[in-house]
Amino acid sequence: MNAVDTVETYVEGDRAIPIVRDTDVVAARLAARALASRVGFMGTDLVLIASAVSEVARNIVAYAGPGEVILSVVQNRSRLGLQVIARDRGPGIADMSRALEKGFSTSRSLGLGLPGSKQFMDEFRLESTLGLGTTVTMRKWLS
Amino acid sequence: MRVPILKQGDYVIASIQSALTDDDLLHLRDGLTSHVGQYRSKGVIVDVTALDVMDSFATRTVRDLAQTVRLRGAKTIIVGIQPEVAFAMVQLGLELGDVGTALDLEEALEWLHHECR
Repeated sequence: MNAVDTVETYVEGDRAIPIVRDTDVVAARLAARALASRVGFMGTDLVLIASAVSEVARNIVAYAGPGEVILSVVQNRSRLGLQVIARDRGPGIADMSRALEKGFSTSRSLGLGLPGSKQFMDEFRLESTLGLGTTVTMRKWLS
Repeated sequence: MRVPILKQGDYVIASIQSALTDDDLLHLRDGLTSHVGQYRSKGVIVDVTALDVMDSFATRTVRDLAQTVRLRGAKTIIVGIQPEVAFAMVQLGLELGDVGTALDLEEALEWLHHECR
């Protein structure tokens, strides 16, 4: 799992989107796409960022709602990036390595949700405590 | 947002106008499946030009739709997958299986005419 670097600056304030029902999943991915576009991401990257947010937000609705998705523009040296934090106070994930395996899913999706997003993002951290909740932190840097 | 379903001869056409929730996608799948029975349609066209992402849930729902429709005696074709959405699907390893695809409505109608002869 990629470590999450220390970020020197938050370029602008966090935008938090409450995640309760499936309309919130759409709101979160559209907001992520809009912010990513302002940062300078284009084309397929915008779709991949929106897809990643869709997957993590859907996981909250399906397993652990309510929760939130927090979007920030981050900077590390001269690089700009988008940070996505998805967190909930749900049951937590019992087997975290399996949750990131392709083809593993306990409910509705293809089991490609988290692994696909992890592969695309530059940084991806999954933290989960049984009974306390799960936090996914993802960053994509502008190349 | 619900997707309107139009009947056009032997076919039913659903044209997605905006980003859809998971619930909207399931509603569309069920609506199209029942329309096929109601109108004895031979083909289903789903226009996804306006869809912002085809993530794991959307991809699976489209595959389920095509399979269900096939069991009801009709064919499904997906129209208008945008190039950046196609690139993203490939990168994420998401596959539509043997669901038909076409660039636009005209090509989809031609394909159905051929397939449903």
